[in-house]
Amino acid sequence: MSGHSTYVPKSAVAKWFESRLPIIGLVHSSFVAYPTPRNLNYFWTFGAILSFMLVAQIVTGVVLVMHYTPNASLAFTSVEQIMRDVNYGWLLRYLHANGASMFFIAVYIHIFRGLYYGSYKAPREVLWILGVIIFLLMMATAFMGYVLPWGQMSFWGATVITNLFSALPIVGEPIVTWLWGGYSVGNPTLNRFFSLHYLLPFMIAGVVALHIWALHVVGQNNPAGLDVKNLKKDTVPFTPYATIKDFFAVVCFFIFFAWFVFYIPNYLGHADNYIEANPAVTPAHIVPEWYFLPFYAILRAIPDKLAGVLAMFGAIAVLAFLPWLDTSKVRSATYRPLYKQLFWVFVLCCIGLGYLGAKPPEGGYVIAARVLTAYYFLHFLVILPILGLIEKPRPMPGSIAEDVLRKHGGAPVGLASGASAEPHSKG
Amino acid sequence: MAETATAEPTRRDFLFIATGAVGAVGVAAVAWPFIAQMNPDAATIAAGAPVEVDLEPIAEGQIVKLFWRGKLIFVRHRTPEEIKAAEEVNVASLPDPEADSARVKEGHAQWLVVYGNCTHLGCVPLGHAGAYDGWLCPCHGSVFDTSGRIRQGPAPTNLPIPPYTFVSDTKIQIG
Repeated sequence: MSGHSTYVPKSAVAKWFESRLPIIGLVHSSFVAYPTPRNLNYFWTFGAILSFMLVAQIVTGVVLVMHYTPNASLAFTSVEQIMRDVNYGWLLRYLHANGASMFFIAVYIHIFRGLYYGSYKAPREVLWILGVIIFLLMMATAFMGYVLPWGQMSFWGATVITNLFSALPIVGEPIVTWLWGGYSVGNPTLNRFFSLHYLLPFMIAGVVALHIWALHVVGQNNPAGLDVKNLKKDTVPFTPYATIKDFFAVVCFFIFFAWFVFYIPNYLGHADNYIEANPAVTPAHIVPEWYFLPFYAILRAIPDKLAGVLAMFGAIAVLAFLPWLDTSKVRSATYRPLYKQLFWVFVLCCIGLGYLGAKPPEGGYVIAARVLTAYYFLHFLVILPILGLIEKPRPMPGSIAEDVLRKHGGAPVGLASGASAEPHSKG
Repeated sequence: MAETATAEPTRRDFLFIATGAVGAVGVAAVAWPFIAQMNPDAATIAAGAPVEVDLEPIAEGQIVKLFWRGKLIFVRHRTPEEIKAAEEVNVASLPDPEADSARVKEGHAQWLVVYGNCTHLGCVPLGHAGAYDGWLCPCHGSVFDTSGRIRQGPAPTNLPIPPYTFVSDTKIQIG
């Protein structure tokens, strides 16, 4: 998409530099002149929030490494030293640990935003798949980071998750030994997880760059799910409109983040992780971090080991196929009366799975988890393909500008298009 | 370009194939050590030397935990009732059919030696718990009997038996 304006260097120095490395022009066209649909709501600020969270995690993480010791006999103590002895160590660690949760809160809102407004549909398939890859990398990073304090939950979380690979026939056991670097989770495992935990965020940053690149090629989706037809009428320049809105949302989100860090820093953690890893005793109630609970519930719902593992990975993999599973040509749920309701049913299904993932695997909880697991896959594999064929979409506005004006009930002064002459009612 | 298509291979064609071939061999040769370094190192493997366990102090009904090669092992001194319960099961009805006699050494039915990690995802099952008073895994609810065999839950196989021999009546060597 071409912007409202293109960067023209003014000073002689800027001209000299731009003709050698046109990076200022690139930033200008990507974040200043870049046209954003004028009907974006606050759900479109989570991309910026996520970018800031990634930077926050990298900064706090790099600093924590200055005080952390990646050794099975020293790691737990070094984390306690960070908490008690290092100047502001408690703050840095709480920022990093809660930052992971904030990162996932933001990414889940970002993903569900995409699901609601059909942001995965053509021409944004590659953009969406890059997002799924980022999500997978985030999960791997978070999992390995959680192992580093070498508490009971760290150790047993690592044991359970690496053992998932033992479900593979024949190659399973050798793969698990290879992952561990021993015959159980131990010092070699901790060391390699530390190395990879440091590496993966930079890989995430790389895929984020591709994600933004792909976004800027196809342009942003918007609450109406309409394509930009007229740059002047349908869009506003990124700066100042999107920039200030993004910064405002980022600041609000960071206040929420700060509330967690300063008032309930251990709310999302587990007390067992303040006990040093003990390979002879598994905590009585072992659960993963909250952001993995829905997938954990799916794993446990299936009574067969291999099938359970495949279902859990399948629950994420199915997202990558979503652009082709959803047969509806209409993007936004605003104009899809049935999908709009089924979207919320799906949200409840995911929340229910999260709740069940934290419950012991017995009795009614198992049955409920099986029902919700079945529904999770039904939503993607049956409901979405059929829904697009039978659903009758609501009438859509002719353009993004029309959508904005209709919402505010005003006469489309200066932006009038032919369609705006007739009266509209929302929905 | 049409006339060069049928011409003799050029020196560039030769260089292309030779470079590609040597490059591929080089990549494979470099990948190997990078993958192999992840496997257990010499010290870890050396730590797998056999260990001797004195059974004398283990009271009837007691389960003792010990480590061999970094892996947890249960040594259970079974009571006559526990042995009876394990032997009376209809083997064909088990998820992973195995007779109790195949899981202990002949003449030493009171001693059960099994790996202490659940065959589902590796948690440590709690002893003297579950419907069969064998083991119960707190993570995902697998139930094992007094022979360490899977009876209920997601674990696919029985608790495996580590390699061990009786050195004397009251001493075993694991490994």
